[in-house]
Amino acid sequence: MSKKKSANRYFLQGNEAVVEGALTAGCTFFAGYPITPASEISEILSERLPQVGGTFIQMEDEIASMGAIIGASLAGAKSMTATSGPGFSLMQENLGFACIAEVPCVIVNVMRGGPSTGLPTNPAQGDVMQARWGTHGDHPIVVLATSTVQDSFELTIKAFNFAEKYRTPVVLLSDEVVAHTRETVELPPREEIHIIDRIAPSMPPEWYIPFEDNSRGVPPMAAFGDGYRYHVTGLVHDVRGFPTQRPDEIEAFMKRLFRKITQGFNEIQMTKDFMIDDAKVAVIAYGSVARSAKRAVLDARDRGVKAGLLQLVTLFPFPRMKVEEVLRQCRAVLVPELNMGQISREVSRVNQGKCQVRKLNRLDGGLITPEQIMYELLKI
Amino acid sequence: MDHKGTKLIHKYLRHDKKFPHVWCPGCGNGIVLGALIRAIDKLGLKKDDVVMVSGIGCSGRMPVYVDFNTLHTTHGRALTFATGIKLVRPHLHVMVVMGDGDATAIGGNHFIHAARRNIDLTAIIVNNQIYGMTGGQHSPTTPYGCKATTAMYGHIEHAFSISELAVTAGASFVARGSVYHAQMLDGMLEKAILKKGFSVVEVMSNCHVQFGRRNQMGDPVTMMKRLKDHAVRIEKAKTMEPGELEGKFTIGILADVDKPVYTEEYEKIREGAKR
Ligand SMILES: Cc1ncc(C[n+]2csc(CCOP(=O)(O)OP(=O)(O)O)c2C)c(N)n1
Ligand code: SF4
Ligand SMILES: [Mg+2]
Repeated sequence: MSKKKSANRYFLQGNEAVVEGALTAGCTFFAGYPITPASEISEILSERLPQVGGTFIQMEDEIASMGAIIGASLAGAKSMTATSGPGFSLMQENLGFACIAEVPCVIVNVMRGGPSTGLPTNPAQGDVMQARWGTHGDHPIVVLATSTVQDSFELTIKAFNFAEKYRTPVVLLSDEVVAHTRETVELPPREEIHIIDRIAPSMPPEWYIPFEDNSRGVPPMAAFGDGYRYHVTGLVHDVRGFPTQRPDEIEAFMKRLFRKITQGFNEIQMTKDFMIDDAKVAVIAYGSVARSAKRAVLDARDRGVKAGLLQLVTLFPFPRMKVEEVLRQCRAVLVPELNMGQISREVSRVNQGKCQVRKLNRLDGGLITPEQIMYELLKI
Repeated sequence: MDHKGTKLIHKYLRHDKKFPHVWCPGCGNGIVLGALIRAIDKLGLKKDDVVMVSGIGCSGRMPVYVDFNTLHTTHGRALTFATGIKLVRPHLHVMVVMGDGDATAIGGNHFIHAARRNIDLTAIIVNNQIYGMTGGQHSPTTPYGCKATTAMYGHIEHAFSISELAVTAGASFVARGSVYHAQMLDGMLEKAILKKGFSVVEVMSNCHVQFGRRNQMGDPVTMMKRLKDHAVRIEKAKTMEPGELEGKFTIGILADVDKPVYTEEYEKIREGAKR
């Protein structure tokens, strides 16, 4: 990292900050396939990972990349891939495997306009629901959204921490603007950063029951080669990891998958608020749009509107408790998004008619400006 | 199998797995698993150091029964998972069991690239020339003219030769055997496991239920005899006219070359980058 400004201050791009976050979190394996606007993450890691004894590999496609990071994680490494919409679609089948087999890993999706090849160099937020529901079958997942370069660093670490703690894939949504904007960031010394590693089994191998429930709902995880020989499968399995058709075992397993995330909900649901305490109208935003929203709130206040911002840092599990507080307090909320309303629908869903939920959507490849948001705030 | 052999397999079977297994009586998959176990035992590999990875299909069910580190992945993608494992823990012996459809239809891209990269994995492909698990649809190795549940008028596509594909793609070791030639298979698997680099063992196998039945090939025993009659040793094939080889397949070692192995090359990159 060359662009050092002072002690712990650096001038970085969002994608570079993801790399710093990943290395700080202890990532030692990356597999990916080039795609704009995510390629810098691959390029930098191809240079940095071998320096720390880690491994970088460019695979033949994103399906393979996702498979490789799962394999690497099963062998004990903290692993990551990075892509954009089209590649993220290709990852979905194996992402489901990571969910059912409870393999910690991090998937960064630097969103661009879609569908299909879409707008490769423009920002968008069209993959929110793909992140939530892109893989098949019922499953819980953790999805975070970065809005600044500082966020990109911190949330990449969080993403690894959640992945390790809950044995789940974590999706970090970035977008073209956050990825390529250069900003000053503060990277605290390593010893000040909380890093979580998966819990390894403490019992001898003959006592290890690899998918047995416990109070957290997260079984300890052995790495291949550590002497705990066990079976990992994408089939629904019993506590020993073997395929099962027994309804009682299926239900216990599926419920635990959901429960482990639900139990962690308070910690996982992350939001940031800005001037929300006395707000009568609020913006609920995430990603690069939250940056414009902050400015819009200040400008609206200058014009006498008691506005505030609730920034969603965690998108899924949907931070409904925090959103509900705002919905109870405010007369109206505005949900600006670079899509046709993927999160506004979630907001409406938890609203139960208490508050007016307004949308502001932009799909032309441009950013939602502070003026657009302020204008809407003045209207409501 | 003799008494001694039966005991050997018990040494490697998982006793806590709920048997019976999923395979039809007479299926070739069991013979392949038996050969693999004998090869591993003969080489004296530690169970803890063996990782068996598979894709999806009848053949993909192999790992669940044996006491290694085992991973049953998604259809066609086994080699990608195996790649991640091998790169993180190069000392592990990573064996990847796939079906013909698994390895060369949906997983064809991964197959040629794993070979090209020369990553030190042992790929075992059970070629029964059909999609067994899903009910007898045609696969990339279903012969021209044969019937399949999705080729009821006879197959009009041409089959891949998996082994030749592997040679062309750059695999370090390629052998083709059959479930009839079980002893020969043991030896091929031993060589493949020992080989540094990407090695492929293609095993011609019988699926009397989904392939043989629809193509009047008879019961498992008749199909085994067919494998015997249609197999030609590579050395002998070289002396034969192309016409004489019509409808037959060659068995033996197609490639055994030494070239830089991915994990070792990457280790050099690490050493250089750290300086
Ligand atoms: C993405 C995906 N597509 C389709 C399937 C369904 N499927 C399961 S096994 C299989 C084919 C198996 O044939 P082969 O690979 O030759 O293995 P065999 O059963 O013959 O051993 C198919 C198409 C699947 N599991 N996943
Ligand atoms: S369907 Fe064919 S390949 Fe599958 S278990 Fe039966 S005989 Fe074997
Ligand atoms: Mg088959």
